[in-house]
Amino acid sequence: MNFNALWQYANPKKFIETTDRVLPAISVLAGLCMVAGLIWGFFFTPEDYRQGSTVKIIYLHVPSALMAINIWLMMLVTSLVWIVRRHHVSALAARAAAPIGMVMTVIALVTGAIWGQPMWGTWWAWDPRLTSFLILFLFYLGYIALWSAIENDDTAADLTAILCLVGSVFALLSRYAVNFWNQGLHQGASLSLDREENVADVFWYPLVVTMAGFVLFFVALVILRTQTEIRARRMRALLARERMG
Amino acid sequence: MIALLARDLRLAVRAGGGFGLGLAFFLIVVTLVPFGVGPRTQLLAAIAPGILWLGALLACLLSLDRIFALDWEDGSLDLLATAPLPMEGAVSVKALAHWLTTGLPLVLASPVFALLLSLPAAGYGPMVLSLLLGTPALSVIGTFGAALTVGLKRGGLLLSLLVLPLYMPTLIFGAEMARRGAEGLDYSTPLLMLAGITCGTIALLPFASAAVLRINLR
Repeated sequence: MNFNALWQYANPKKFIETTDRVLPAISVLAGLCMVAGLIWGFFFTPEDYRQGSTVKIIYLHVPSALMAINIWLMMLVTSLVWIVRRHHVSALAARAAAPIGMVMTVIALVTGAIWGQPMWGTWWAWDPRLTSFLILFLFYLGYIALWSAIENDDTAADLTAILCLVGSVFALLSRYAVNFWNQGLHQGASLSLDREENVADVFWYPLVVTMAGFVLFFVALVILRTQTEIRARRMRALLARERMG
Repeated sequence: MIALLARDLRLAVRAGGGFGLGLAFFLIVVTLVPFGVGPRTQLLAAIAPGILWLGALLACLLSLDRIFALDWEDGSLDLLATAPLPMEGAVSVKALAHWLTTGLPLVLASPVFALLLSLPAAGYGPMVLSLLLGTPALSVIGTFGAALTVGLKRGGLLLSLLVLPLYMPTLIFGAEMARRGAEGLDYSTPLLMLAGITCGTIALLPFASAAVLRINLR
């Protein structure tokens, strides 16, 4: 594939045209995956012999945690693209993604607490993983607050992009600092590419489906929110032109 | 650069009394804690390192908006931007001035406050050392936050929301070092990590602060 082909979507018009065509497909696919994966996970998997039915919260907890981290990574990439190449769609996509990432962080924290109450006997523990998720939530909060505090769109995009870069470094630092600070209660990674057998296959397949659903759902939402933002800006520009002329 | 530093220091000492305010705030925090948790000496001794670090951190935080706000209002920040001194240098000097007027007094006064919280005798050295190493990072990070919010009317709350998450690694290692020192454990690992964070922020963050300031002055 020609690498230049990617940059043509930096043109808002081209972006809206293309995404309009793929958005329905992505949305339907996302809905199908999530519904199928969750129903499969909730009703057609056996209960774990020690955790009972509480194990099923994994189908919300793991995908949302996965998304919470990867959405921040996506914001980091789009912020870099904005700083280097000044494509507005990129900055708007980062802006559109941030609240979704924050909600995903909340879902991961809440489902974790609901699972932790019967299993660990506590809603919350100052465990490194839990704490770093709380810190990630605070970073999302600051990022969104800065976006909404600044009136000039370009200034806001610039400042939040730099905040995202600096914040990523500090978020990573905090991630390893809390490891040092307290011992963990949370189990290791539920899934990783080199150790796929961490979760038994019966749980693994519906989990993959729900994760795909969450990813597609996020893509659809980001596209929709970015489109909305582009259209809102166009409308503001048109209104301003009418007032002038 | 030296002229700018001298000017900032003079302004801090003379006008508005920002100089002693951080210290007074620190004292109040230390005074309030025993009211909150009770006057038991053992409990106070156990939490003293954390309280001292939190107090220092909050005192630093409260004085941050002074770094650029006044210069922004009277336009001298624009003059600084057009001066031959690169913005990175100006930002570093500002951070240094903030540390000299807020961080350093806190470090020097911390043994007295530690006395109020009955910190074990072994803890004084590591505690002062950790604050001495950590507060420069607080000032540099804070300068970045202040540069981010300089143009905003009511940036104070937003400033804390932005800066406090960035303070976390410094706080973790600083407080850990002070705690280990107070309990007579080996504190070389947090010491090295804290020093690393401080050096890293001093070396890199002024570039981000300068970039942010340029955007805000555009």
